[in-house]
Amino acid sequence: MMLLSIDLTFLLEKAVLISAVIAISLVAAMYSTWMERKVAAYMQDRIGPTRAGWGGLLQPLADGLKLFMKEEIIPNASNKFLFVLGPGLAMMTAMMTSAVIPWGKEIHIGEKVVSLQIADINIGILYIFGVVSMGVYGIMIGGWASNNKFSLLAALRGASQMISYELAMGLAIIALLMLTGSLSLRTIVEQQSTGWWYFFKQPLGFLIFLVCAFAETNRTPFDLPEAENELNFGYHQEYSSMKLGFYLFAEYINMFISSALMATLYFGGYDIPFVNDANLVNSWGVNAVAALQIAALFGKIFLFIFFFMWVRWTIPRFRYDQLMNLGWKGMIPLALLNMLVTAAWQLYRHA
Amino acid sequence: MNITTILFWFLTVLAIGSALMVIVSRNPVYSVLSLILTFFAISGHYLLLNAQFLFIVNLIVYAGAIMVLFLFVLMLMNLNSESEPSRQKWLKFAGTIAGGCLLLVLVAALRDVDSKSTYALVNAGDSGLIENLGKTLFRDYVVPFEISSILFLSAMVGAVVLGKKE
Amino acid sequence: MEALTNRSKAVDRRPMTVWEKMYLPVIAKGMGTTLKHFFMKKPTINYPEETRPFSPVFRGLHVLNRDEEGRERCTACGLCAVACPAEAITMEAAERKEGEENLYREEKYAARYEINMLRCIFCGLCEEACPKDAIYLSETFTPSNFTRQSFIYGKPDLLIPDPVKEPELYQKAKGERAKKN
Repeated sequence: MMLLSIDLTFLLEKAVLISAVIAISLVAAMYSTWMERKVAAYMQDRIGPTRAGWGGLLQPLADGLKLFMKEEIIPNASNKFLFVLGPGLAMMTAMMTSAVIPWGKEIHIGEKVVSLQIADINIGILYIFGVVSMGVYGIMIGGWASNNKFSLLAALRGASQMISYELAMGLAIIALLMLTGSLSLRTIVEQQSTGWWYFFKQPLGFLIFLVCAFAETNRTPFDLPEAENELNFGYHQEYSSMKLGFYLFAEYINMFISSALMATLYFGGYDIPFVNDANLVNSWGVNAVAALQIAALFGKIFLFIFFFMWVRWTIPRFRYDQLMNLGWKGMIPLALLNMLVTAAWQLYRHA
Repeated sequence: MNITTILFWFLTVLAIGSALMVIVSRNPVYSVLSLILTFFAISGHYLLLNAQFLFIVNLIVYAGAIMVLFLFVLMLMNLNSESEPSRQKWLKFAGTIAGGCLLLVLVAALRDVDSKSTYALVNAGDSGLIENLGKTLFRDYVVPFEISSILFLSAMVGAVVLGKKE
Repeated sequence: MEALTNRSKAVDRRPMTVWEKMYLPVIAKGMGTTLKHFFMKKPTINYPEETRPFSPVFRGLHVLNRDEEGRERCTACGLCAVACPAEAITMEAAERKEGEENLYREEKYAARYEINMLRCIFCGLCEEACPKDAIYLSETFTPSNFTRQSFIYGKPDLLIPDPVKEPELYQKAKGERAKKN
């Protein structure tokens, strides 16, 4: 039991780690907007932003500044408190998930061993699941508080979409958990760095998880809550200035975090591909390997983010009934099947 | 005063305060949001008791799914204070009596509790961890567990039958 | 109705097969297409730094020309104003005074010469009408502006720089369409 004379170094270590992770996710989300514009442009035979900085690299800053400078509008008929609460909630739930993702194994500062994970709790996956299920409140509250029928419609769509796809996502994860036998993300990564990546053992599970991740982050082809051409931008229609920015930003952070999650669960996390990390530690030292591991994880995350964008600029939006059909009649039975097969395989192996 | 005590009191005040808000607030959406806050506070208590599984499942199932559906329905109906039906006098009377009875039962129950001799295991104890909980559920209590799942299944079938268009 | 082209195709309304319902093969095909475009050469031209080559017949902003000694060619005969279908050209003639021989080639010159660029249709008839080769259309655009008044171009805007005093500016402003004289 900890006394009030708290372990200050522990607190400091975690505070630094948390700030670093938040800063990194914010910067990553910021540059995802730049990347999105570039990828979109290149896929449409354009070249995208080039003016602000070299290759348009300062474009996110310019965008942010623009959002800050815009007039803050709170509609008269809206529920003021909830209207302000909505974007904050969306941002908060987006950031909270990063707490349990292991960004690297460990680094040594002098004698001290610092683990590169904010909290290694042994219900890691469930925690992520819980936070993701909270994510819908930001959209719902914002959409309802706007007092606008389009926003409300979008909020309801978003809520039902997220609940529907959460189920399939959970079932896909259960199949994975049967193989890992642990809910701690660090343990899952450690298992993958010594053996095969779970993608090769759970390809169908990964596919389901991927589709559900698209639905959970409201990315095209599942961006029905913000369908521009039918709902006038959906739940954040009444928002302006940085409150709108928060919603847009939360989407990119969500994308970053789900990419990190997919890399962690199915693609070995911070495991450096094709080499044995343990051998590398012996020859290169812990810190160098930790840097490499972080680089490897970010490489994987980058590939996933690119994939998110690639899909967005390829596939048109689903119709609402198609979305629900796919979720309930496609994804959930598939996930159940995947779960059954995995369970049977585990039973056969251990029998 | 250590951190656990501080957290305990913080969560307790939060839980009771937001539970009161559920009843007091006129706006049903505020009530639901307060209820969600209550669930969070109670989940925090679970965490203090080292019941991690209960903590996260309470969040996922109640705060994350059921309350979303509550909110869903409320938003669709768009209730506000104007559309609130005027209460009759006898309804208030009946409510007071029912509440009083509940209070009586609670007080009577709490009076007999020997709170000195039972200690909650704070930050220790492993019965709330997933592995132990799973082993208990699937070894010692398989039959009740499966029966309750059948109950849920039948409830689901019933809902589908009711919801199906003729 | 008879089909005008042979490209029309009847819409296939048959229910989707299992293969099509899986979506994935078609999605993969589409993603292939976008990836192909990702690596294709981009036709974008970064405008102020790069410009598209003008075609030889392009008609842009007007230029009032000078001769080799830097004297204005225009004699204010008014033929361009008459030829102009949009009635965009206004001018006022004046007589050349003693000592102004190095400024104007003929005895009569245009004291005021205005073209309303909002009216001008850049047809080039003024260029054809001019007997002195004093006006021609060059390869430049009319830059955008905020007021209508600023689109009425006077002599200072239209006159080409002096070839004797500022030969570099003259060469730059001359363009490809000037008559080789």
